[in-house]
Amino acid sequence: MAYPTDPNTKFQTYSHPEALVSTDWLAENLAQPGLVIIECDEDILLFETGHIPGAIKLDWHTELNDPVTRDFLNGQALADLLSAKGISRSDTLVIYGDKSNWWATYAFWILKLFGHEDVRILDGGRAKWIEEGKVTTTDATSRPATTYPVVVRDDIELRAFKEDVFQHFGKPLIDVRSSEEYTGERTHMPNYPDEGALRGGHIPSAASVPWSKSVNENQTFRDIEELKQIYIVQAGLGEASDVIAYCRIGERSSHTWFVLKYLLGIERVRNYDGSWTEWGSAVQVPIAKGIEPGAVPVWF
Amino acid sequence: MVLALSTNAQEIIDAFAEVPRTSRLELLLEYANALPALPDRYADHPELLERVEECQSPVFLFVEVSDGKAQIFLTAPLEAPTTRAFASLLQIALNNRPIGEVASFSDDFIGELQLTELVSPLRIRGMHGMLARIKRQVAEKTQ
Repeated sequence: MAYPTDPNTKFQTYSHPEALVSTDWLAENLAQPGLVIIECDEDILLFETGHIPGAIKLDWHTELNDPVTRDFLNGQALADLLSAKGISRSDTLVIYGDKSNWWATYAFWILKLFGHEDVRILDGGRAKWIEEGKVTTTDATSRPATTYPVVVRDDIELRAFKEDVFQHFGKPLIDVRSSEEYTGERTHMPNYPDEGALRGGHIPSAASVPWSKSVNENQTFRDIEELKQIYIVQAGLGEASDVIAYCRIGERSSHTWFVLKYLLGIERVRNYDGSWTEWGSAVQVPIAKGIEPGAVPVWF
Repeated sequence: MVLALSTNAQEIIDAFAEVPRTSRLELLLEYANALPALPDRYADHPELLERVEECQSPVFLFVEVSDGKAQIFLTAPLEAPTTRAFASLLQIALNNRPIGEVASFSDDFIGELQLTELVSPLRIRGMHGMLARIKRQVAEKTQ
């Protein structure tokens, strides 16, 4: 990790202060060799309307997913992608995005599946940068191509599959969706297919902590004591060292995954990216409805 | 505005099919920028507008029917340009058209734009929501 970290005092209270940078810090570190700024948004046009100078775009939908199988890109595809974008394995990557950094943390999580060492999130994301009137540009960024190595994706430590959730029952699960999605009350429009899942509700025993509880109004992460109150105390994580988070397709839960692992420092946190679109449509998996978490299924 | 934007549904579909894949985002952005601002009678009275619940961003619409034609008003936030583009595509394709044409407007229009190569299918549900609500308002106001 060659590039200096942001000495911001709030970050020092988190378990991994090196995983965050502030807007002020980034404004003073534009156009530095070894540091690549990446914008990853939900809205695919937002980057084109203006972005941080020197930033490159990463599209979660067309670039991070396998185009056929419901899975992420493999090591070769990632190497091709990052090489074409001019990213080296030793580069420091600062990622920011819209929607309180949902997709920024999603990209962060996927890059960590491939073991990219130095990845950081811009606290407050795109909205804070814009709100503060910091400079943006519509100029395209071009970086000379690199040779990013082919790395095998590690799906064991940071990613959970449905079968992993079965094995995990009895240990904490966090459902980060809205309360309507959690209880299973969410309705959809007549004449309009619900493309999410065939059943409503949540995975039995999962605690409900909507992802947005972890951020302030200006989209920065909450202070460490507030986070501890929300997750360790209220959600009952306590001394837990092995947690799985999920949402609908794994994007909001990558945000909570980041909070649990990098800010609170929980030893093992996995993101179940199959999430409710898989669980809520799978045959014979147990489901709980209503506001109570429900008991751990006995037959698992 | 760089490109002359098509206003006819089939021409819009053709325009998206003809531009190279790398230019599709630019075309979409042109449409996003072309979404007209609400007239004062709606801008000052947001309670008259219907929220499009299918959209994650706050999108609101209102349909007026006069002289057998539909006037379509849509608003979406600047920080959601893709949503603005979706709203703009529908507004441009349907505004000032005879109500019969709006009522029978094919839902396939959205699919034929082939935007799923660019945008997650789940994100396009918002555009279906807009179209369904436009049609419903037209039906309600022509009874």
